[in-house]
Amino acid sequence: MNALDSHGLTLTTLEGVPGKEIVEHYGLVQGSTIRAKHVGKDIMAGFKNIVGGELKGYTELLQEARKESVERMVSQAQQLGANAVVNVRFATSSVAPGAAELFAYGTAVKVQ
Amino acid sequence: MELLVLLILTGLGFFVGRHLEQKHYASIKEREKKTLHIPMMNFGAKQDLPHAHEAQMFVGSVVVANDYFKTLSAALRNLVGGRVVAYESLVDRGRREALLRMKAEAMEWGASQIVNVRFETSNIGGQTGGGLAAVEIMAYGTAIR
Repeated sequence: MNALDSHGLTLTTLEGVPGKEIVEHYGLVQGSTIRAKHVGKDIMAGFKNIVGGELKGYTELLQEARKESVERMVSQAQQLGANAVVNVRFATSSVAPGAAELFAYGTAVKVQ
Repeated sequence: MELLVLLILTGLGFFVGRHLEQKHYASIKEREKKTLHIPMMNFGAKQDLPHAHEAQMFVGSVVVANDYFKTLSAALRNLVGGRVVAYESLVDRGRREALLRMKAEAMEWGASQIVNVRFETSNIGGQTGGGLAAVEIMAYGTAIR
């Protein structure tokens, strides 16, 4: 469900890839996507707001969006010829009412 | 009439919301105990990378919403200031849930350790004027084996 499709690239939140050595740096790569909420899901969420708890519709929506932003970051890294992205970080922001931006960034490197 | 609706919603939020929260906390505590054997740690930049053959990033996320009673009590709390206990438990619960989800996936992959875990919290749907208060919490880290 959460598996990040990395197309064979190694993604880590570390400074490098354990067991491997960085041979080349390609600089920062990033990917972002902006998603709006679904009206039906919004209404369901409104009901759920009475009793509280998890809003599954939103969780799925954001996971999907996150996947896409990671994919964009990965494709950018692949264009540069990298085989790993290290120090990956995420950021989320609401740019407009009802829309959320998901942003992933990291350093593209070549490891051996 | 309006007052009655408000009272019903508040009561529903208080009783059902509290019940759901207790259930959720029980499930969190149980799963935390089960996954205790996988250590999680954060490294500084000056430390050596942990020894491992493979590394892979995992993400866990959850969107949690407040119940009606909590929204109301937080609004009242806003008048006098101080600790907003109603929101504290909400965020705490979401954070632990997100962490557990990440951990569960990493364990499925066969992780022996999870390193450099980061959290990210964002408010979604807060623009509607307090009607819908929900926070998205995500936890991500590198699993190694």
